[in-house]
Amino acid sequence: MRVLKFLLQKEFRQILRDPSIFRILFIAPMIQLLILPLAADYQIKNINLSVVDHDHSQYSQILINKIVSSGYFRLKDYSATFPQAMHSIELDKADLVLEIPIHFQRDLVKDNKANLFIAANAINGIKAGLGSAYIQQIIQNYNQTVRMQWVQFPRFDPQPTIDVEYSDWYNPNMNYQYFMVPGILVMLLTIIGSNFAALNIVKEKELGTIEQINVSPIKKTYFILGKLIPFWILALVVLTFGLVIAYVVYGIVPLGSYLTIYIFSAIYLLAVLGLGLLLSTYAQTQQQSFLVAFFITMIFNLMSGLFTPIESMPHWAQVITWFNPVTYFIEVMRMVILKGSVLADIKTQIFAVLGFAVFFNGWAILNYRKRS
Amino acid sequence: MKQFFIFVKKEWLHIWRDRRTLFNLIWMPIVQIILYGFALTNEVKNSEIAVFDQSHDNATTAIIQEINASRYFEVSQYLHSYKEIGATFRKGKISLAIVFPENFQDNLLHNNYAQIQLIADASDPNTANTLTNYATAIIHDYQQSLNQNKDLPYTIKTQLRMLYNPELKSAYSFVPGVMALVLMLVCAMMTSIAIVREKELGTMEVILVSPLKPFHIIIAKTIPYLAVSIFNIACILLLSVYVLNVPINGSLLLLVLESILFTITALSIGILISNAAKTQQAAMFTSLLSLFLPTLLFSGFLFPIENMPLPLQIISNIVPAKWYYIIVESVMIKGLGFWAVWKETLILVIMTLFLLGLSIRNFKIRLA
Repeated sequence: MRVLKFLLQKEFRQILRDPSIFRILFIAPMIQLLILPLAADYQIKNINLSVVDHDHSQYSQILINKIVSSGYFRLKDYSATFPQAMHSIELDKADLVLEIPIHFQRDLVKDNKANLFIAANAINGIKAGLGSAYIQQIIQNYNQTVRMQWVQFPRFDPQPTIDVEYSDWYNPNMNYQYFMVPGILVMLLTIIGSNFAALNIVKEKELGTIEQINVSPIKKTYFILGKLIPFWILALVVLTFGLVIAYVVYGIVPLGSYLTIYIFSAIYLLAVLGLGLLLSTYAQTQQQSFLVAFFITMIFNLMSGLFTPIESMPHWAQVITWFNPVTYFIEVMRMVILKGSVLADIKTQIFAVLGFAVFFNGWAILNYRKRS
Repeated sequence: MKQFFIFVKKEWLHIWRDRRTLFNLIWMPIVQIILYGFALTNEVKNSEIAVFDQSHDNATTAIIQEINASRYFEVSQYLHSYKEIGATFRKGKISLAIVFPENFQDNLLHNNYAQIQLIADASDPNTANTLTNYATAIIHDYQQSLNQNKDLPYTIKTQLRMLYNPELKSAYSFVPGVMALVLMLVCAMMTSIAIVREKELGTMEVILVSPLKPFHIIIAKTIPYLAVSIFNIACILLLSVYVLNVPINGSLLLLVLESILFTITALSIGILISNAAKTQQAAMFTSLLSLFLPTLLFSGFLFPIENMPLPLQIISNIVPAKWYYIIVESVMIKGLGFWAVWKETLILVIMTLFLLGLSIRNFKIRLA
């Protein structure tokens, strides 16, 4: 135990005396946590609309007003011809084109039916899908009003109507930041934890100081523990900072308990730090080690459900996410913070991450050789 | 000039002989393109939902069947009380619950009015929004089918055309973004490390006392990485076309030239970082934190830039990946020519010249 104490003392001094480490550990993540959630807003609003109105009638005017006042659309321009509107789409000035053909009003009143054309820039499929759904809904409503104007009510058979009522639980204001902030905090912790750990042992290898440790009576387990514990503590401090920022800046108070978050984070950090140490026992240079650690954390983060939902992935990709510790942590953070899940709800995730921790650290200890 | 080429050769050997790093440089972009190309998507499909049906009649069964049959939903749980909804949400698998009140069909047929409640787990507002929209559309279709026999007067028909991407595949918007991400990271990070490494290992001294000018040193450092990057671009384009089925609708030559331009931008950022950093560790973290997330966020492929607060929209303009993303989208997907992207290209050229100039000016020929 005394050996471990000295090792810890050494590691802490090494970390705390390097000002750049401090900057990287605290200032950079905090800035990111302040900026990223503001940027990560994926609500579909502000769909830019270009209108080609060949009819210039009262009806077309009312319809356009209805669409614009719905709040989803911004009227970008009136184009004289469809190709001109297409040009707006090509230059990304418009997302959606509504073409109102000539004699729209006359056809609707005299022939009982009229046509409208919508073209959407579908490169962003979700935006095109939702945008065209919104505009069609508005047109349907407008259609209903026109019908009511022309048809006397008694003649008009009442039709069965299904009224759909919505309620949005856990986040009734649809605040996207409540969703993103916990996830981004997880991502930052993961990047910091695994990359620091990955660089640490390799650095000693590259600078040659590892030889001194190799000839000392330090046991392998102590060596790994000595590397693990300081980063574990630092990462928990970073987590605390992050939660404070989440509370102060974004007003996020977990519905569940902080204790649940800390218990899970403590286990989780063991897993990512273990992964980093494992990588660094294999690598020869910092460049190699960092590159692999970075690559793995990037895949972990992007495939964790942080930015895009896991349910949308193809099945084989979902299977990959089972082997991704970040997935579990993001799930847990969102569940505890937004839905108030308790320890019993996150049993599976705890066991999974515990498994990762044992696996990575065990492997790292086995693989660390005192001989070069 | 001869000295210069010898120097390039030296740099090339650095990469070539470090097989592990070279291997990483080549397979990493490939794996990423495939993985993200398939897996990064926000299309909703087969989302698991729960149903709380209190009437169990023909109408509710029909609606549940319609919903289950759509490619968006899979009814995976039948609940028996309101309380269960909260419990299933907390377990985290289900994101939408549909509640049918009692006597649904009776109300619908006799009073011509019935209600359905959609309860969404809005902790992910976006998915919640999409799911409720799709479910509502299906319910509306069912309602329309009840009215089918009646011919309604004064009907407006809408004809809808989805341009460029009729199947609404999300790969079309994600692949250009992933290209920007991968190229930026590989190029910038690797060059920044390459220069700092020489500083850290002390070999920089040897280079600094050589008769080479700083300009030549920097160019020689980047050329091998440029070569690797061009190889990467080729791989990425081949994969997008043949594996991800994202077409190249515009000119291939233009696309490749623009990609090389973007690579040079990334390389010059790498050099700039390496000038400032003292240790490899610092260089890596600076490039990671200042490149990975900004590229991911501000290129506009994950999150629409127009939704961001104004200061961030302004910041997004200095992120090269944003311009490259617009270029790739225009050339590759929309099939437009140079006339549509000359502004973005000009911006990238100016950025590159600026960054290169800055890093050459800041290149220290004296050791501290």
